[in-house]
Amino acid sequence: MFPPGLFTLQFMQNAWIAGTAIAIIGGIVGFFVVLRGATFVAHAVPRASFAGAAGAAVVGQSSVLGLGTFAVLSALGIASISRERRHGVATALILAAALGLGDLFLTIGHVYAPAVFALLFGQIVGISTHDVRAVLIVSVITVVLFAAAFRPLLLQSVSPHVAEAHGFWTRGLEILFLLLVSGAAAAMVPVVGALLAFSLMVGPAAAGSILGKSPLQALAWSVAFGVLSLWLSVWLAYLTFWPIGFYVSGFCLLFYFAARLIKR
Amino acid sequence: MKIEQTVQTTPQAALEITDLGVAYESTWVLDHIDLTVKQGEFIGIIGPNGAGKSTLLKTLAGLIRPSRGEIRFPAARGRRHPVGYVPQRFDLDPDLPLRARDLVGLGLDGHRWGFAWPNAQRGRKIEQALAQVDLTGFADHPAGKLSGGQLQRVLIAQALVSDPELLLLDEPLSSLDLASAQTVVDVVHRVSQNLGVTVLLVTHDMNPLLPVMDRLIYVVNGQAVIGTVDQVVQKDVLDKLYGYDVEVLRLHGRILVVGDETASGDAAGFEHR
Ligand SMILES: Nc1ncnc2c1ncn2[C@@H]1O[C@H](COP(=O)(O)OP(=O)(O)O)[C@@H](O)[C@H]1O
Ligand SMILES: [Mg+2]
Repeated sequence: MFPPGLFTLQFMQNAWIAGTAIAIIGGIVGFFVVLRGATFVAHAVPRASFAGAAGAAVVGQSSVLGLGTFAVLSALGIASISRERRHGVATALILAAALGLGDLFLTIGHVYAPAVFALLFGQIVGISTHDVRAVLIVSVITVVLFAAAFRPLLLQSVSPHVAEAHGFWTRGLEILFLLLVSGAAAAMVPVVGALLAFSLMVGPAAAGSILGKSPLQALAWSVAFGVLSLWLSVWLAYLTFWPIGFYVSGFCLLFYFAARLIKR
Repeated sequence: MKIEQTVQTTPQAALEITDLGVAYESTWVLDHIDLTVKQGEFIGIIGPNGAGKSTLLKTLAGLIRPSRGEIRFPAARGRRHPVGYVPQRFDLDPDLPLRARDLVGLGLDGHRWGFAWPNAQRGRKIEQALAQVDLTGFADHPAGKLSGGQLQRVLIAQALVSDPELLLLDEPLSSLDLASAQTVVDVVHRVSQNLGVTVLLVTHDMNPLLPVMDRLIYVVNGQAVIGTVDQVVQKDVLDKLYGYDVEVLRLHGRILVVGDETASGDAAGFEHR
């Protein structure tokens, strides 16, 4: 059940710490992703940020820095060209542009293939202590921003007319939301990979929103499902040597179905 | 009843609109609107589709900036949010993790930063607002699963909980069956009487409001006139407003305005049933 080293090896301790942090922010940011029906954005921002990691490799910077920069830039890009709350076209354009850049960086930068592979699919066993620190810093910033913006974002999501009547700048709140998504993306990509990061921002929150009767309850369920998915995945990935992304996305789907069944 | 009130204290104006004009891009949707509404009045806003009723309400709620003219709330005395507003057509995803009390609570303090930690005083205010719209006992009901009439009343509670001077309701009766519509009218009427809130309620059918409204604002093509039903719903007044001949029919205490360009069936008070 619990093979030696699961909790004692340095890189496994790193995996537990970074994994728990991203599961928590996936759960809280996911709450708004699901509430606002912004799953495409949650899917696109981590993938767009992948290009940043490739760019960082070209100029010899840390990949988390590159991820963060591109996550924020893509969020601001989406906010600047989208109309009202319809992000579809803007998101697609920004994602395509970012992936094109990523392609360019990989070509001119001669980035080592396993490094690319790790960024795409995550590498729970390869997280350095330095990476863990970066993930924790981004996570704390995201949590603080989330806590501060919680009520106005909730208000705008379910009663936009009241938010407007109070003089909130609609696009400003929109940018705040996109920044939360980019914070989550920057923290998640090194751990679970650019391709599967969004599953932690969608599955647990969707399950939580089904089971929770109030926003705070939904949030609590969402974080609980995220953390549980991630813990189970770290354990199984270590046990079987299969990729963590496989387990994370599988458990996210499983919990969603379970929530649907329970609520019936 | 209203007359007694007027005798006791001359009500102050709740709303003064002078030479209001609103344009979307370059088309004027409202033009040269002048009117005054007294404190505690129940005003119906009537008019055909596209007349500018929603635009007028959004402008009063502060969602649209007037292109010209002035809006004042003399009775509000510097209060930051003198207006509670419920928009036209508002629906919620049935699976939202939101109870009626959460929706009302957002009206109270949703604009503040941070979390709203439950406390007794906040809970009391929310329950009081729900009681005012006859929804005692519905506080923990899922907001997305309320009936159309219940959701309208929760939204009215959401607007009322911030203790506004004016309540602006955009077509709260449309898409409701007769009984639910009547409940909403009764609730709003009682609120205006008990709390002294000034009400502006938009409807395309004036008949449900005839027993309760003090005056009406009739809007056609961006122009508006205000007065009692007897003053405004008259052939000569409406002919001028519409710009063509209309007929005003009074049948069994109901009023029908029939225009000769009502192919769209949108004339105010036009009977669809
Ligand atoms: N956001 C907008 N941009 C441009 N035109 C608009 C907008 N909203 C409404 N209009 C136009 O303004 C006019 C008045 O609309 P509205 O106030 O919604 O009328 P009502 O509520 O009386 O049906 C209509 O001709 C409508 O097409
Ligand atoms: Mg309208």
